[in-house]
Amino acid sequence: MNGARRSSRERVLERIRGANLRAAAAPKPIPREYDRDSTKPAGEIVALFEERLRDYDARIFPVRRDEIGAKAAEILQAAGRQRIAVPDGLPSAWRADGIEWIPDHELSFDVLNAVDGVMTAATVGVAVSGSIALQHGPAEGRRILTLLPDYHLCVIEAAQVVETLPEAFARLDPMRPVTFFSGPSATADIEMTRIKGVHGPRFLDVLLVED
Amino acid sequence: MNLVRLDPRSLDPRSVNPKTAPPFPEAAKADLRDTQLRRNVARATDTIQRKRAALVEEKPDWQALRDAGAAIRGEALANLDRYLLQFEERFQAAGGTVHWAANAAEANRIVLGLLRESAAQEVIKIKSMTTAEIGLNEFLAQHGVTAHETDLAELILQLGGDQPSHIVVPALHKNRQQVREIFAHTMGLPDLSDDPEALTAAARQYLREKFLRVKTAICGANFLIAETGGVAIVESEGNGRMCLTLPDTLIAIAGIEKVIPRFADLEVLLQTLPRSATGERMNPYNSIWSGVLPGDGPKHMHVILLDNGRSRVLRDAIGRQALQCIRCGACQNACPVYRQTGGHAYGSVYAGPIGAILTPQLEEMRHAESLPYASSLCGACYEVCPVKINIPEVLVYLRARVVDRRRRKLASLFDQERAGMMMAAAVFANRRRYEAAQRLARTAQRAVRHGDAWYHWLPGMAGRWTETRDLAPLPQQTFREWWQRRRS
Repeated sequence: MNGARRSSRERVLERIRGANLRAAAAPKPIPREYDRDSTKPAGEIVALFEERLRDYDARIFPVRRDEIGAKAAEILQAAGRQRIAVPDGLPSAWRADGIEWIPDHELSFDVLNAVDGVMTAATVGVAVSGSIALQHGPAEGRRILTLLPDYHLCVIEAAQVVETLPEAFARLDPMRPVTFFSGPSATADIEMTRIKGVHGPRFLDVLLVED
Repeated sequence: MNLVRLDPRSLDPRSVNPKTAPPFPEAAKADLRDTQLRRNVARATDTIQRKRAALVEEKPDWQALRDAGAAIRGEALANLDRYLLQFEERFQAAGGTVHWAANAAEANRIVLGLLRESAAQEVIKIKSMTTAEIGLNEFLAQHGVTAHETDLAELILQLGGDQPSHIVVPALHKNRQQVREIFAHTMGLPDLSDDPEALTAAARQYLREKFLRVKTAICGANFLIAETGGVAIVESEGNGRMCLTLPDTLIAIAGIEKVIPRFADLEVLLQTLPRSATGERMNPYNSIWSGVLPGDGPKHMHVILLDNGRSRVLRDAIGRQALQCIRCGACQNACPVYRQTGGHAYGSVYAGPIGAILTPQLEEMRHAESLPYASSLCGACYEVCPVKINIPEVLVYLRARVVDRRRRKLASLFDQERAGMMMAAAVFANRRRYEAAQRLARTAQRAVRHGDAWYHWLPGMAGRWTETRDLAPLPQQTFREWWQRRRS
C-alpha cells in the first residue's frame, strides 16, 4: 500500500468520525417486527413454493428420492438434452444411464458454453419469493457452472424449502458464497416487457424431492 | 426564485454532470416538449408502480420491513468508520484488496493503475451508478481503455450515445423502435425486428463473445457486509454473474455508505429492494461472496471505497438520511414531477426525488441548487421509500440552505424576491400594518380591474406565479370586517 492511498484512507475515516460526532443520532435497537417464522403447515409451504416458481415460468416435478435419477433422465431425454455438466460431488445415483454426464473437473468456459445443460443440488428454497439459493458446495458446483449453460435442472428436497427469506438466511452459512436465483434470467429493460433469458440459463426445471 | 443564471448555450442539456448541466426548469422545459419521451417514461413508471403496489399489498409486514430497513441503514451510517474497517479487514482476509478514494479523480486513477498492472485494453462492466457518478467510462476512454456495458439498458445507452434517466431502468425513455434503430445500426443487423425478444437475443449474442474474451470486469456494489467482508450484487439478467465469475480480475467501486452491519440484514433489504425497484418478489439473481474464492471466479478482487462528498453529507443531521438510500428508484416512479420530465432534466446520474436531495449535497450546494425546488412536496416519495428517507423534509431544508447561501452574497441586498420577503415579514408582523395593506391592495385592485374574475397575468416577479397558475382576486370584505359588522 503506497503513501497516497494510506493518506486517503486516514482522511476519509477522519471525516466520517468528525461527521458522526457532530450529527449521528443516538443508537437505537433495530426493530425486527417483520415476519421471521413460518405461519403455514409444511404442505402449504411447498405448494406455495411450486406456485411461485411457476410464476417465473420454471417447471416443477415432484419426485420420490429413489426416482431422482430416472426422472432426470426422462426430462432431459424428452427435451433432447444429451450432454449435461454436473458438479463433481453430485450423487452418482442421480446420474442415470442414457445421458452423457460431464463432471466439472475445471471444465473450460468454452466447454461449459457448449453443453446442453447443467444439473445440480441446492441449499435452500424460499416459498414466498420462489427463490433457490446455492452455496456452491460439492453437489452445487462453482458459480459459473450454473450460469453459462442455457438449461438448469435443480434438485431440491421439500425439507430444504422454508417459507420466508429470514428463515432462509438462518440456514445459510454467512462465510460461504451464495447465489440466489428466482426463475430464469430476465430483463424488462425494453418497454417493461419481461423477457426470459438474457445471459443466464433461459430454462429452469426443478425436481422437488418429497418423501 | 432567482437562481444563478448561466448562459444556456454554454450548457449541455444532456449532461449528467451537475457542474455543467443547465438548471432544472430550463432542462425540464425542453424535455416536456418531447412527447415521445413523456409517453415512454409514463408507461414505464406506471408499469413498475402498479406491480410494486400489488406486491406491497400482499406483504402485511411491509411497514415493519421499512422500519427495520431504515434502522439498519441508520445504524450502518452512525458507525460507518467501524463497519468500513471491519469490512476491509474481513474482505482482505478472504484474499481481496481494499482501496480508499477521497474523490472521483482518485477512484479513476486507482482503476487505471489496476488495469495497467494487467495491461488491460478492454473491460466489461455491470451497471453502476457510482461509476457514472465519477465519469469512469469517459476517463478510461481518454486513456485508451474501452469499457463495454453489459446491462441491456446500459448497452442501449452506450451504443446510442445517451445518458441514463432512471436508477433501475436507465433506458426507460427509449421505446422498442428506438432500441431497434440503435442495435441495427451499431451491431450491423439491418433486418433486426423491433420485438423485445429479438432485441434481447441480439444483445445476448453480441455480449457473450465479450464475456468469454475480456479478462477484467468493473462493477458497483449493492451492499458491502461488514460482518463477513461480503459484497452483494443484485441483478436480473445474469450479466452481473458473468462479470463476477468469468474474468481474472474484478474491480468493484462502492460508495462508503453502501456498508451494512450484518449478513442477516439482507433478509430485510432483499425483501424490500426488489419489490420497490422492479415490482418483483425477488429479482432473478443475487450474488454474495467475499474476496477471492479458490477455483471459482476472479483471481484478483479489488474494492474501491469512494467518498466523493459523502462524508460531508454525513455531517448534516437532516441531510445525511439521503445516504440511507438503497437505489431502488421507487421515489422516481412515484414522483409527479419526474413522471412528467423523466430523468435527464435533473442533470445528474441521480434523478428524481432522491437525486434532488443527494446531488446538491454531494456538490456541497455549489451546483444543482435548482433541484430542491423540482418537487411539489406531495410526499409520495417518502411513502414508497423502503428505508423511510424523509425526502420532503430534506427538500424543504435544502431550499432553506439555498436561500441562506444567497443571502450571504452582497448582491442579494438588491434582490427583488428578498426585498419582497422582507416587506412581507414587516407587514405580517403587525396587525395595523396588515389591515392597512389589505385596504391598500383592495383599492389598487379596483383601480386596475373590474368584476371578480381571476388574474391570469401579473407584472414583474409576481408574473412567475401566473405563468402556471391563476390567482384569485382579493375579496371585497375580510372575515374580520364581516364579523365586526355582524356584531355591531
